Amino acid sequence: MNLKGMQIKVHDMSLRDGMHPKRHQITIEQMQAISRGLDAAGVPLIEVTHGDGLGGASVNYGFPAATDEQYLRAVIPAMKQAKVSALLIPGIGTVDHLRMAADCGVTTIRVATHCTEADVSEQHINLGRKMGLDTVGFLMMAHMIEPDKILEQALLMESYGANCIYATDSAGYMLPDDVTARIALLRDKLKPETEIGFHGHHNLAMGISNSLAAVEAGARRIDCACGGMGAGAGNTPMEVFVAVCSRMGIATGVDVFKISDVAEDLVTPILDSPVRIDRNSLTLGYAGVYSSFLLFAKRAEAKYGIPAREILLELGRQKMVGGQEDMIEDTALTMARERGIKFAA
Amino acid sequence: MIKIKCAIIGPGNIGTDLLYKLRRSELLEPVWMVGVDPTSEGLARAREFGLKTTDRGVDGMLESVRADNIQIAFDATSAYVHKANSDKLNALGVMMIDLTPAAIGPYCVPPINLLHGILGHAGKREMNVNMVTCGGQATIPMVYAVSRVQRVQYAEIIATVASKSVGPGTRKNIDEFTRTTAGAVASVGGADQGKAIIVINPAEPPMIMRDTIHCLTHETPKQKEIEASVRDMIIEVQKYVPGYRLKNGPVFDGMRVTTFMEVEGLGDFLPKYAGNLDIMTASATRTAEMFAEEIIAGRLTLAAA
Repeated sequence: MNLKGMQIKVHDMSLRDGMHPKRHQITIEQMQAISRGLDAAGVPLIEVTHGDGLGGASVNYGFPAATDEQYLRAVIPAMKQAKVSALLIPGIGTVDHLRMAADCGVTTIRVATHCTEADVSEQHINLGRKMGLDTVGFLMMAHMIEPDKILEQALLMESYGANCIYATDSAGYMLPDDVTARIALLRDKLKPETEIGFHGHHNLAMGISNSLAAVEAGARRIDCACGGMGAGAGNTPMEVFVAVCSRMGIATGVDVFKISDVAEDLVTPILDSPVRIDRNSLTLGYAGVYSSFLLFAKRAEAKYGIPAREILLELGRQKMVGGQEDMIEDTALTMARERGIKFAA
Repeated sequence: MIKIKCAIIGPGNIGTDLLYKLRRSELLEPVWMVGVDPTSEGLARAREFGLKTTDRGVDGMLESVRADNIQIAFDATSAYVHKANSDKLNALGVMMIDLTPAAIGPYCVPPINLLHGILGHAGKREMNVNMVTCGGQATIPMVYAVSRVQRVQYAEIIATVASKSVGPGTRKNIDEFTRTTAGAVASVGGADQGKAIIVINPAEPPMIMRDTIHCLTHETPKQKEIEASVRDMIIEVQKYVPGYRLKNGPVFDGMRVTTFMEVEGLGDFLPKYAGNLDIMTASATRTAEMFAEEIIAGRLTLAAA
């Protein structure tokens, strides 16, 4: 693979996707310290939001340590070169949240839908573009449908005004060929000025390989998380990817040692437990299950006595999509009843 | 037995499913189906059932309203045209049941309004009531089942629906769903604060509508009373949506009370998985029947507004 001379933009996820393993409890001070570290290391774009996007504060997904607005206002003014993005999942967040985030100073809004449901993003993408924001359409669980179907949905988002389209491997299920097939088709058929992005999860340890495959196929925005802090076994680890890019002659603008220091000194110490591939996060990637389900399945295991792996497999069989966190407790209850397991109500 | 004569505006999937339900009603008789497209399949189907039809919108039936003694109209079009439709018909003394998200009239969730008396205090007549949203109809009874036992500080609902059951109108303005539902979860459900989330799932075969209702109580939940209240409320909803079922719960976890529901439709015109659409047409029919009972009993006279 010869990618020498390529220039790409890495987008840090540790303060958004990384909210999942932290149960959305990252403090304002931790956000400030990490974002300043990322900024100083040369990361050009940093996402800051509840793990499930703007408006994600809920019983269903978890109440965060601070509001989206508090996080954004605490982080953005201190950035020297980095820009800040926010994620918005229609059905959870609304255009009111988008306006709030823009008022806080985000320059990028990423509107995320399940990979078959792009048409719920029209009002949000329209508004983002109208407000002059860098507006990204983010197609989640992109492993679940064939490349030509992804393209149909990407074209919808492009028609609403998105200037960048992501194929998102929310389950960490894809192998490099899956990534190549999707990204190459998007690159071929979307407008030349529309950027293409890839967001990976490391559940099968394919974060780096998949991201390189994406770059080779035409993606120029790659999501990574400093210290790998993201849902499931985490996202593509930023410091590793940046180091690999450096070796291959791909320009990211990020300093390998500085970003490694942020990972080691600021991110790793705040983890409640290591973000790594274990039997449960492996199952996410192996069975194609939404990465954020991990901690919920572990909690259901503790409460109802059904192994998290079996709950995750059942969620996969039922083709659950992102956002259906409520169905984890429901599924565990049903399985416990079927198995005659008694639990303390 | 006298039946109250009705008009349906909007011959799409919802309007047609509504037609099937009205034809079964002992209190309501569908007389008009109103559309805007002369080639509409829904209008053709309504004609086959013997209804009068027009493709000129509400204007096409206004002249006949009095002669045909239309007293209740259902609007299954869109929020954008609802107000105009409602004004024209209200002026002729026809009350409007609004299935669009326009919500210019008060929200109506049948088992709750039934308990309170939908007519409110004597003399107060509503000429326009709104059916909230599908997610609202499916979840607000469960919020109310908890809030009538004890104070609910916060209620949150997650409605998951099959992709095939979500029409273009909802997709174009999904924020309207979350906002309207959240508002009604609080105001009708009786929670201090409300939140609504909608998830669309494209699985094949299509999944039956699921709804999860989380309530955070102010003080420790009174488990026995809440369990009984939830059971009673489910029986009330099942009177018009037989496929309204408790899948799991209520789960009690600290101050959290959670019920997991499934809503299977009757499969009149819409497929059974589309419980989200069925519960709208069923609730609208039930609401109209409540008014019809009053009109027939002479306790309610509709007047031009």
